[in-house]
Formats: sequence, structure tokens, C-alpha cells
Amino acid sequence: MKLLTANRLSDGEAVWYADGQWVETIAEALIAHDKGSQEALESIGNQALADNLVVDVNLIDIEIVDGSIHPIRLRERIRAAGPTIRNDLGKQARIQQAA
Amino acid sequence: MYRYDEFDHEFVQARVAQFGDQVERRLAGEITEDQFRPLRLMNGVYLQLHAYMLRIAIPYGTLHPRQLRMLAHIARTYDKGYGHFTTRQNIQFHWPALSDVPAILADLATVEMHAIQTSGNCIRNVTADHFAGAAADEVADPRPYAEILRQWSSVHPEFSYLPRKFKIAVTGAERDRAAIKTHDIGLHLKKNDEGELGFAVYVGGGLGRTPMVAKKIRDFLPQEHLLSYVTAILRVYNLHGRRDNKFKARIKILVHETGTEELASWVEAEWQALKDGELKLPEQDVSAIRSYFAPPALTARPEGDEAVRVARLDSRSFGEWLGQNVTTHRNPDYAAVTISLKSIGETPGDISDSQMEAIADLAERYAFDEVRVTHEQNLVLPHVARADLKAVYDGLVEIGLATANAGLISDIIACPGLDYCALANARSIPVAQQIARRFSSLERQRDIGELKLKISGCINACGHHHVGHIGILGVEKKGAELYQITLGGSADENTTVGEIIGRGFGPDEIVDAVEALVETYLAIRSDHSERFLDVYRRVGPAPFKEVLYGAEAKAA
Repeated sequence: MKLLTANRLSDGEAVWYADGQWVETIAEALIAHDKGSQEALESIGNQALADNLVVDVNLIDIEIVDGSIHPIRLRERIRAAGPTIRNDLGKQARIQQAA
Repeated sequence: MYRYDEFDHEFVQARVAQFGDQVERRLAGEITEDQFRPLRLMNGVYLQLHAYMLRIAIPYGTLHPRQLRMLAHIARTYDKGYGHFTTRQNIQFHWPALSDVPAILADLATVEMHAIQTSGNCIRNVTADHFAGAAADEVADPRPYAEILRQWSSVHPEFSYLPRKFKIAVTGAERDRAAIKTHDIGLHLKKNDEGELGFAVYVGGGLGRTPMVAKKIRDFLPQEHLLSYVTAILRVYNLHGRRDNKFKARIKILVHETGTEELASWVEAEWQALKDGELKLPEQDVSAIRSYFAPPALTARPEGDEAVRVARLDSRSFGEWLGQNVTTHRNPDYAAVTISLKSIGETPGDISDSQMEAIADLAERYAFDEVRVTHEQNLVLPHVARADLKAVYDGLVEIGLATANAGLISDIIACPGLDYCALANARSIPVAQQIARRFSSLERQRDIGELKLKISGCINACGHHHVGHIGILGVEKKGAELYQITLGGSADENTTVGEIIGRGFGPDEIVDAVEALVETYLAIRSDHSERFLDVYRRVGPAPFKEVLYGAEAKAA
């Protein structure tokens, strides 16, 4: 399973591709389950790069753990949450604030 | 300290306007990322995991309080309320929006700062001894020469597209506090028998994938030849340095593959053609630059000894701080103060906006408007009257920056690592925090004595792990973090590259491993004066391997 991720051009915010838009939380991302949908995501990423919406576009590996998206690589888990040493920064801070 | 002249102001303003226009065109989609990337890097803008990062140059680590206040303003206005001091004596902000960068650079220009040449294959910020101008053991202040190099290297047309980045450091004392032998060029300012100033010149040091100690190619270069000789080195490098392989492109590889003697002869030949030309430094120009770095008028403050004696009796923690974070000054009434940015459990090198402002206040009130950034990610107030030390200490206690651990095991250099950096393979900061917590007792740390522990989150070695007495390198293995230990490195006048001790340790094992190494050292040192590094140099790796790997090490 894969997701399409990038950083937004204007502010560098880590974003993931959902259905038709780039979202700021990984939980909303569109999951590609097969090769065909992965290729579709790849071309969406290339187009978004060409359209100057995002930079550093990547397809990343994930699995589903307890019903939630769990990136395989620690690097992607940190991008999805924020620095592990500062819970008040990054996406995790918003979740705390919301709670 | 150095003040911009009209030319400097116009140059920086023009650059702010130029980059502002480039950002605008990028955001409007008029230029692609491939076109923009080299432009943003030339202006210190990186893309990291969570956001852009802006690295701001602090020439030779010297800051005026008004500049520190501006950094606080930037942290508060455009970032997330803090900054991170780096091992090149620079500061970086980890969360700026690209669209805000032109405004940040415009703000910086008002206090004579910029982000030019903090990235890219050019000559980077020239670093210097953080006690420059204050150290008791100094021959002369190295910063005027660092400033001359800064002016010469800023957008130097011949050296803006080198094979790779290029780093220069200058020290003015026999005791090397600027790690000059880990630099592409290391300059040791000294006097010859006639009392004239000049430099011992070292070339080809560096860390990263292939760590090398710089080689001396000249014992004494008269100061007036500084620019012609450095130009000769850069020309040889620019011509012969490898451009076919990024990992072999630094001058250290050229020196290694060519041989020191042969390379020195190339430099000499190039220099002979240059030495009496326009690059020869006129004494009046050197004097003019030197006058910017004239020491402050240090009035006699003989009451210092008594004041310190009384305050010490009153406060044990002040006494501990005095012993660890206060360094002898060339003027006996004064001292240099190290402000540790390594409070136990905090991120090494991080500082909040309000801490920056409080330190600016202290520098204005007690330290003649000067602050220094050290390559070990601490700050220094270089000129404090001993009579004012208690007041400075009290001010630092108020902002949580009075930890008395300078040079001890918790005074750790750590790169941002995988918590921020797009190049990292493993986290550095949490390892530093856990080690600091494990050794949180200052009494225990003082008993261990000087121990330089340095951590990098990837082989690029921003955390200088190769030259740590204990070095830790984070790697990724089978999707997990793994930490390799090197022992016996040092970055002083006897620079050595540490040796890998054996297989790596997981995140849950690394702190125990460090503690086992330290306990082994304590058990075998001859007395308290024999530092960890001295013991390692005396006994070698065997007892340390045995404690980490037991029978396995013996079998090997």
C-alpha cells in the first residue's frame, strides 16, 4: 500500500494527496492498494509538481495498524506527526489543541 | 565588531531584492523547482521534513545584542519561537514559510545580517575561536582575518561554483578551540621569531563520509599573503578537485589522492604567480579591519576577587558554575562566560526568543555588547568583569541557562537529525537528551571530567561524531535506527578521527552502552586528571570493546 506525499510550495507544510486535493493530515490520505492506482498517484504527483503546487513529491509505503495509516519508515512517521522531541510542534500539536 | 560600510549595505540590500523577486516568481509558477533550488540554496533556504529551513550566517560567531534581538523577533514573528545554533556558529530556523523569507531577509539586513553562502558549493561562513579577543593564551585576535576572508569570499566569481562546499576556520591560540584541522583550510595565527604575524596553514581536513585530519602545508605564511595563498589553494582545488563524484569532491580527497607534498608544490607554484599582485594585503587595510575588533575599554575592576569569594560562599551552585563555565580572560579583572545551551533534557543548541532577548540584555549590561556562538552550540559572553559574574549567573538562572556543564558529558553536540533533517537516517536529539538525563548529576559529570560526546544522524557528520571522545553515528538498518560508536576522536590541536568500536546499538541500548564505556574509563583511569581521551590513547580500544561486547570481543 502506498500514499502520495509532498511539501506545499508556499510554506513547506508536509501534505498528502486525498481525493482531488492535498491535505495536511496523513489520516485523510488516499491509499493506493494496487499497481494501477499507484501509477495514477504518481502521475498526479508529477502534475502537481509541474503545476507548482508542491515540491519533493514521493510515493511512500504504509501499512494499516489498528485501523490507522502507519508509514513503514520512521522518517515518514515523523513527517506525519512532527519532531519526536517536541509534541507542541507539527501536526501532533494541532491534534493536542483540538483535544 | 565589524560594521557594514556603504558597499556592504548596498550589496546585501540588492541581494534581498533579487531573492525576493526570485521567490515571487517561484510562487507565481514562473520558474520551476529545478531552476529555483540552486537559487534558494544560495540564500540559505533548505527544504526539510516539516517545512523550509533558513540558515543565517553569523560571521566567526560574533553577534551584537541588537542582532540577537532581531533573531528573537524573527523566531517570534515568522517561526515557532525558537532557533537552533549550528556547528558552523550559524543559526537556523526550522519552520519559515517560503513566502515569508524575503521579509525575514529584509529584517536581517537592517541589523547587518544575511543568509548568503550558508549553503551551496561555495566558501561557507568562516569560523573562529569563540574566545577570540578575550582568551589569555591568544597571540592575536583571529577575527580580523576571518572578516578579510569573508569580504574576499562573498560572491567571489571564481569560487561560487566549486566542486563542493568549502570551509575555513581561524584560531589565534596554540590551544585550538576552532577545530581548524577538521576544515578544508585551517589557519593558525601565530608569531615568528621576529615577532611578525602569520599563519600555519593546514589543508584537506573534513568530516563526513571520509573523515580526514588536515595536513600542514606551510609553517609560516606572513599575514600580508593571506588572500594570495588562500586563492592559490582554491585555484588548485577548483582546477583539480573531482567533479565526477560528489562523495570524492572535497579538497580532502584531492589532498589524499595527490599527496601532501605534491599538492603543496602546486599551491606554491600558483602562489608564486600571485603573491606580489593585487591580493597582497596592505598593512593599512589590515589595520582598518583590525580597528573594528579593538577590545572594549576594560576598566579596572579589582573588586572582582572579593565579590566572587563572597558569592561563592553564599551559593554552592554559583561556585560550580564558576568552576565549569567561566574561563580565564587576558585581563585578570575579567572572565569569559560560557552560556550552556545544553540544559539537561533540552535540545542541544536550541534557544527560545525570550532567552535570546534576555541574553541580549545581559550582554548590553555586563558584556560590552558582545555575544559569541560556539561551534559546540553554546553561547559566550567574552568580556564580563569578575565583579559582575554573580549578576550574570543570576540572570542566566532566571532563564534556565545556568547549567554548569561546559565541556562535560552532557555538553553534547547533536545535529537536528531525523526529527527535522531531510538527509538524516536516525534521530540525534533524543539520544543526546537521554544521555544527558542519565548523567544528570553534575557531581557525577564533574567526577568524569572533560568528555566530548558528539552525535550525528547521518554520515554527513554535522554533529562532528568523528571527533568526539565518544562519537555516535545514527544509521538506518532494516528500517530501524541503529547507533554506531566511535572512540578516541578529538578536534583540538591534536585532532584525531575516532575509531569504530564494533557493531551498533538500538535506540534502547545506546545510553547503557555509553554508560558502560564511562564506567570502564572510571575504573581504569590512573587518577582524576587523566581524561577519557587520555585513557583511550593510553590503553586503546580493548577494555572498551570487552565491556560492550564481552566474550564476543575476546573471540574476535
